[in-house]
Amino acid sequence: MLHIAYLIPLLPLAGFLFLVAFGHRLGKPKAGWIATTAVALSFVTTAIVFAGLFLRQPSDRSFTQTLFTWMPVGPLHVNFTVLIDPLSITMAAFVTGVSTLIHMYSIWYMDHDEQFSKFFIYLNLFVFSMLVLVLSGNLLFTFLGWEGVGLCSYLLIAFWFDRDTAATAGKKAFVFNRIGDSGFLLAMFLIFSKVGTLSYHGIFARLHRFSPEEITAIVLLLFLGAVGKSAQIPLFTWLPDAMEGPTPVSALIHAATMVTAGVYLMARVNPLLHLSPDAGEVIAIIGVVTAFVAATIACTQNDIKKVLAYSTVSQLGYMFLAIGTGAYVAAIFLMIAHAFFKALLFLSAGSVIHAVEDDQDMKQMGGLRRFLPVTYITFIVAWLSIAGVPPFSGFWAKGDILVNAFSRYPGLWVIGVVTAALTAYYMARQFFLVFTGSSRWESAHPAGFEPHEGGWIMRFPLVVLAVLAGFGGFVNLPFHPQWNFLGRFLAPVFQGTIYHQSVGVGGEWGLALTDVVMAAVGIGIAWRIWYPQWSHPSLEPAFLQRSWMVDDLYDAVIGRPGAALASFAAVVVDNKIIDGAVVGVGKFSELTGLVLRKLQTGFVRNYALGITIGLVLLLAWMASRVG
Amino acid sequence: MNTQPFPYLTTLVLLPAGAAVVIAALPSNAKRLIQWLGVLASVAVLALAVTVAVEFRVGYAAYQMISNHSWISTYGISWDLGIDGISLFLVLLVAVVFPLALSGAQVKENSKSYVAWMLLLEAACLGSFLSLDLLLFFLFFELTLVPTYFIIGRWGHERRSYAAVKFFIYTFAGSAFLLVGIVTLVFIHQHQTGVLTFNLTQLISTRLDLGTQILLFLAFTSAFAVKAPVFPLHTWSPDAYREAPAGGSVVLAAIMAKLGTYGIIRFDLNLFPRASVDLAPLLLTLAVIGIIYGAIVAAAQSDLKRLVAYSSLASLGFIVLGTFAFSSEGLAGGVIQMVNHGLITAALFLLIGMIYERRGTWSIPKLGGLQKPAPVLAAVFTVVMLASIGLPGLAGFVGEFLILTGTFITHRWWAVVATSGVIFAALYLLWAYQRAFHGRPNAENSKVADLSWKEGLVMLPLVVLIVFIGIYPKPVLDRITPSVDRLIAQVDREAHTKPPQFAIPAKQLPKPTDPTISTSSIRSIPSSRQGAFNGGSR
Repeated sequence: MLHIAYLIPLLPLAGFLFLVAFGHRLGKPKAGWIATTAVALSFVTTAIVFAGLFLRQPSDRSFTQTLFTWMPVGPLHVNFTVLIDPLSITMAAFVTGVSTLIHMYSIWYMDHDEQFSKFFIYLNLFVFSMLVLVLSGNLLFTFLGWEGVGLCSYLLIAFWFDRDTAATAGKKAFVFNRIGDSGFLLAMFLIFSKVGTLSYHGIFARLHRFSPEEITAIVLLLFLGAVGKSAQIPLFTWLPDAMEGPTPVSALIHAATMVTAGVYLMARVNPLLHLSPDAGEVIAIIGVVTAFVAATIACTQNDIKKVLAYSTVSQLGYMFLAIGTGAYVAAIFLMIAHAFFKALLFLSAGSVIHAVEDDQDMKQMGGLRRFLPVTYITFIVAWLSIAGVPPFSGFWAKGDILVNAFSRYPGLWVIGVVTAALTAYYMARQFFLVFTGSSRWESAHPAGFEPHEGGWIMRFPLVVLAVLAGFGGFVNLPFHPQWNFLGRFLAPVFQGTIYHQSVGVGGEWGLALTDVVMAAVGIGIAWRIWYPQWSHPSLEPAFLQRSWMVDDLYDAVIGRPGAALASFAAVVVDNKIIDGAVVGVGKFSELTGLVLRKLQTGFVRNYALGITIGLVLLLAWMASRVG
Repeated sequence: MNTQPFPYLTTLVLLPAGAAVVIAALPSNAKRLIQWLGVLASVAVLALAVTVAVEFRVGYAAYQMISNHSWISTYGISWDLGIDGISLFLVLLVAVVFPLALSGAQVKENSKSYVAWMLLLEAACLGSFLSLDLLLFFLFFELTLVPTYFIIGRWGHERRSYAAVKFFIYTFAGSAFLLVGIVTLVFIHQHQTGVLTFNLTQLISTRLDLGTQILLFLAFTSAFAVKAPVFPLHTWSPDAYREAPAGGSVVLAAIMAKLGTYGIIRFDLNLFPRASVDLAPLLLTLAVIGIIYGAIVAAAQSDLKRLVAYSSLASLGFIVLGTFAFSSEGLAGGVIQMVNHGLITAALFLLIGMIYERRGTWSIPKLGGLQKPAPVLAAVFTVVMLASIGLPGLAGFVGEFLILTGTFITHRWWAVVATSGVIFAALYLLWAYQRAFHGRPNAENSKVADLSWKEGLVMLPLVVLIVFIGIYPKPVLDRITPSVDRLIAQVDREAHTKPPQFAIPAKQLPKPTDPTISTSSIRSIPSSRQGAFNGGSR
């Protein structure tokens, strides 16, 4: 059953190629259905492989399949190898599953778009790249997928390219990711120069060849890549801007899958991480600080998607806190739960945006509860889940991370718990602004306008995701050693490198209670403030609304000086100094003037012709000798 | 009766030259016939080049299909052509690019002389890549100047005379050093052996003290560095690339630039290995400066053609970096990157030419929103641009990755600085793309026509090759690597470094069961890598 693994990435690729050739002719909605089918088949394949892997003994659940050799030069021998193990198949399962639902939803959402088939071409290419990233058996092919998803992200953020903001956001995303990618590249160079291979198994078998400093350098360089891809401090500001893309893209790429690639990468190289506690500490600190900073910003945003974007940054921060703690299962657990509830939040937001005719300002919404009954329910499920209310999935996943953080870095745990309260607050604020209170959208629309939801194509994905976001937490329950199914399934990948928390069952109950109290406090405060009244300018300081002025800082420190440097280099250095030196040293200008004057009498031309004729005659003579 | 093997290489050089002569003899009003004849001749050359590639013996490091004929025997000059893994794909590149340049970017006036000059240029380029005789190489190398001079000067844009003369004198000055260098080397060799010869393989055995080697290396390199161009000898190139007609820019950037880097690999490394190794830090530094500086200056350009010129400076920097890294990966990366850069810049200049035909400008501020009226043009431009940025899965990445890996092994910090180039490339190219293609088109830009089927047909081979090499470079690398390994081994030996050893202690060699690394491949790690493997505080 495992040998069909190569079909998992191949099916979306086939869908992509087919649509490139015929997508335009098929038009809507056929192109969308073909794309959805390709991904759905990939999901079915993944499920079969998953089952096959599950039936094996836990120690035997790793399997590789070599497809072809990419770059053979000397010792560099990179193969495209599919690596199937509990970690990669778990990722593949939720990636293909969530992708299928979002593809389906997109058929409804993009219905009126003139670039309909192009959208699905990009979407299928994205799923293919993401699966290459996840299933690759070596770093270089992971990087191929890594860059591929980055490309699709760029193309889809700038999808409505006639908007300047969209085009700029796309470029920003690509460049910020590239900054991270340079770290990824350097890590690969360093690894290859030491062990002569880039395959994960090969690297892990030769860990003794690295010095501790090199391990730390490699982990931090890879983490730089993860910081770019997963939008952590200091490279996080591209993700909120990425909300310029169509909402299904925000759900799929900028919430559920691509942005978690950084977390996946760090989990994948856990044997390296295990040998560098220093790097782990850096990752945990950056993670938790990002979680906190992004949450404070999310509290003040008015754009429905921007709140969710900063929320994503914040949740990714939690995942890195878990990675830095060594709690990989907790990181993967939140990644899966987050994929469900954040995709659901975005798709629900898409439904809302659609209902009020493309307005994203929550201050212009309100009272939508009555008009969007399904969206209303699904949003509540997702909201309570991310806020950490039991028994929804977010409670279990976030709780798992905080328990581990508490026992290893108590200081970071405090920040994590405060952030949990902020999370409950900003999500409740969003809920109240959108669904309750007065209908502030009425003024902007003609009388008799009534917001409405889409048909079953749009509702089905919402309902499925709501079920998953609601009950997904049961795959990994604490309190009893037999209940953590996910943990036991993933154990072979993290064997020996995972951090074992030791707070006891009583401690777990105590911490769980703390989480619940925090969620209740956040929701309670938001309810007191935002339920009765939608405008509180004093609670939305400009400093937070402008993301702690980070973009302004970058512009002042890097952007403007960089532009000045570039024009200085072009105008002064290149034209005046370097070209000037040529002119000066060689008396070039005089010579040129002389020659130009002579040119009119045909001097240079005759000279050049002379060379040619001479050379051609020589060639002809040669030819006669050769013949 | 003819027991000799077919003289492929000689035919390859003489075919376009002959076609040029025939076309020059035709009446100039037979415009369409001339256009077709030009394309036909260059396609015939392509067919022949493909045959050469098919006949090429894979896994063979030395020169093949040699056609050696004594020519001016009194002076030891011979018609000596040969091909190896390093030149094979450059020959193919020439053969692919010329038919596309001739059919994708035509001129309106005096097309007869234009086509004739182009074909003569093709012959000269092929001759340069195939010559194993130094004087023959020099003749072809110089012969490329003349058609280029006329192509820029007669069919170029506003400041064509200035650009043409600047190009001519600049490169001619470089060539003067090359000629002096060649003659000096030949005389030294004659003094030592009593044999007067310009033959590369014989001249390699010349014994040179280090000082002489360095002087000769500098003489040769100055000609090649101007041609490439290498920072800071590049200032002719933005003018020449900009003022040349589209076809001229294609050939200048895609092919003639490679004469410089090819010359460095073929002659500097072979003839002056010791000097090459000793002066490597200088060249590596210039290469890294070129990568960063080219990117920074490119960012400030408001003219698409000048932007590509500076972007080429950066790309050529990568090639020089790989060459002077002295590792198999680096040099193989440099060679394949010459081909990739050729394909990518050829595609870029053809596309820019097509934009010029529609809008009469390359000025980025005057363009904008082109993706709306011309989505296919925009899509092709995007693919080529992404290849230039070095996106994995497209050709540019293969070369860049190999170059940086190879450089990191031997010259770590140069590689680290050069890696930042991948960020800058994304920055200036995406920014330029945004300004030219994104946004709302104004009245003039919204009327731009999309690619015609004929233009699409011209772009198709380039896009296919860019994707193919990006996904499956193995057939290319399999042919390049033996020659590269041989050259690296030779440089190592000549430069009196330690003999090749196992870089990894034998007992640590990977198990044969490991699918990703084969024990046989470990053996070819050159000794120059020793430091990188054994250094550090392990």
